[in-house]
Amino acid sequence: MSSTVGLILLIVGITFDVIGAIGLVRLPDIYNRLQAATKCVTLGTCMILLAVLFYAGFNSIGIKALLCIWFILITSPTGAHAIARGAHKCGVKLWEGSVMDKYAEDSEGAEDKA
Amino acid sequence: MNIFIILLMFSMFLCLYRVGKGPTAPDRTVAIDTLGTLVVGFCALFSIITGKDLYMNIGLSWALLSFIGTIALAKYLEGRSFDE
Repeated sequence: MSSTVGLILLIVGITFDVIGAIGLVRLPDIYNRLQAATKCVTLGTCMILLAVLFYAGFNSIGIKALLCIWFILITSPTGAHAIARGAHKCGVKLWEGSVMDKYAEDSEGAEDKA
Repeated sequence: MNIFIILLMFSMFLCLYRVGKGPTAPDRTVAIDTLGTLVVGFCALFSIITGKDLYMNIGLSWALLSFIGTIALAKYLEGRSFDE
């Protein structure tokens, strides 16, 4: 039973990983690529680690898998936010099909006030 | 299990393609971050296959080190020095 659930989680997780990697190659600019790569790959890897928990049970492997899920869920959005902010500050242009850039509007407003 | 290993290796090669080609530096940084997360998943898959504790230890430490590397690269992109 638990190994069947583990196999299903493994298949779904690896599908998400592959879709995220394809999005990293196919999408047009850095911000879109960040969406695909970070969210899909984080969810996929967390599902693989959950599958480890279902396969191994609550022994040393399973507990480490839970700890690893916690680390990835904390660190991956933080890293993505830092990269997006750094890319915007070092002047990477948006794709020409993008419709709005709230971060630039906000920083211009702050400069006008100051 | 072999098909899972092949699919994960395929995703890693797509990330490496983006590291090599990516027109700007942030593209390469995103690809390196994604590659780190994929390596953690690969270590987890190996610990299922072999049933050993060792690979989960590698994955756990890889997650933390990859986060530190990503933050350092992002601060470098912002044009700040590391001791701020």
